[in-house]
Amino acid sequence: MNEIVKAFILIFSLDKELMGIIFLSLKVSGLALAAATVIGLPIGAFLGLKRFPLRRIIIIILNTFMGLPPVVVGLFLYLLLSRSGPLGFMGLLYSPSAMVIAQTILAFPIVTSLCHSAIVNINPIIKQASMTLGATSAQAAVTIIKEARYGIMSGIIAAFGRVMAEVGAILIVGGNIAGYTRVMTTTIALETDKGNFELALALGIILLTISLFINLFLHLIQQRGIIQANI
Amino acid sequence: MSLTLTVSDIWKSYKGIPVLKGCSFSFDAGATYAVMGANGSGKSTFLRICALIENPAKGEVHYFYNSSAVKNDIELRRRVTLVLPGIGIFNTTALSNVTYGLKIRGIKKSEAIKRASEALEFVGLFQKRNQNALTLSSGEAQRLGIARAVVIEPEILFLDEPTSSIDEKNTEIVEDIIFKMKQQRGTTIILTTHDNSQAERLAEKTLFIREGCFISR
Repeated sequence: MNEIVKAFILIFSLDKELMGIIFLSLKVSGLALAAATVIGLPIGAFLGLKRFPLRRIIIIILNTFMGLPPVVVGLFLYLLLSRSGPLGFMGLLYSPSAMVIAQTILAFPIVTSLCHSAIVNINPIIKQASMTLGATSAQAAVTIIKEARYGIMSGIIAAFGRVMAEVGAILIVGGNIAGYTRVMTTTIALETDKGNFELALALGIILLTISLFINLFLHLIQQRGIIQANI
Repeated sequence: MSLTLTVSDIWKSYKGIPVLKGCSFSFDAGATYAVMGANGSGKSTFLRICALIENPAKGEVHYFYNSSAVKNDIELRRRVTLVLPGIGIFNTTALSNVTYGLKIRGIKKSEAIKRASEALEFVGLFQKRNQNALTLSSGEAQRLGIARAVVIEPEILFLDEPTSSIDEKNTEIVEDIIFKMKQQRGTTIILTTHDNSQAERLAEKTLFIREGCFISR
């Protein structure tokens, strides 16, 4: 009980170490999400809008990768980035950049797959309507993506939730270096091992609060999408 | 002179079942035509092929301007439009739905809003311009679909069962709009309907599709 009180004191006193860890977590996950969105959104849109050979296989692979175990991603990335690995010359291992890459790999299939689903679920009449109004194929594609905006946003938020709560991959490639690569999830794991429960609890409360807001936001977007679909 | 349409020997099948089996006809400019036939007779398919959003399996669709053939490209596709039975309302305001056709033609926003407002006034939906279009009643949605078509000032307007799912009052309003399009703008109108009396009221000529071909009656 005493630890919980101390945890709240840490939060409300805006403890410098705590704030640094939160800021780094948000920075790493935010950058990873941005990268995954920039790469995943056009690919998801392409998969949703175009029909080509191997499309179904790509979709199945993406759906499978949505449940990619983070430790496996961490392991493969470690082998790639370690000094003796093919990308070792870049010197990225145990840096925030390596953590961003790891989280991007985890977020990418979620953004891509959910973006694809959002687009294929748009009524085909929308494309026909835009074509009858004089849209080119590219303009019709933009219209469909706009119509799928709620589903796409849901995918992006779901990916953010996944990377924020992730620990395995970033622990392997980030190394949990204090003040440099230590983020909320890895700190919780480390401080719990050390018996320093107040910092672990404080970060747990912050992580849960962020998770709550992400889910609330996701729920609101989905509700809005459901309301629009039912009209 | 205006844009005219000639279709020659149009064939179309779905999953191996032939729907259209050699339809041919020439449509005069400024006239209104009603295309009638049983459910599944190919009326909608015929309209989609004429509106250049679907290709026939065989046969040709030719547009002419002053007796010269017009190239089948995006520019031609922008001179005709089809109002679909399900309409395909976009998830945005009624006004944005109507400005859509203008924006994709590169018309300035202020001009697009002015013209869209006039089109909404024309179909009696100006008061609902800022309402999400998906919240409109089916009759209002049908009128919105027509407003989206009216605003781009098509030379040929295709209407696929424009009053099939709306009440009597909205049917009257839609018919009045079609009549005004013809009278005030000289638009060539080709519509499909199941209603004989509607065809009588609106069209100068009625075509019947039976067993995939036009028959005279």
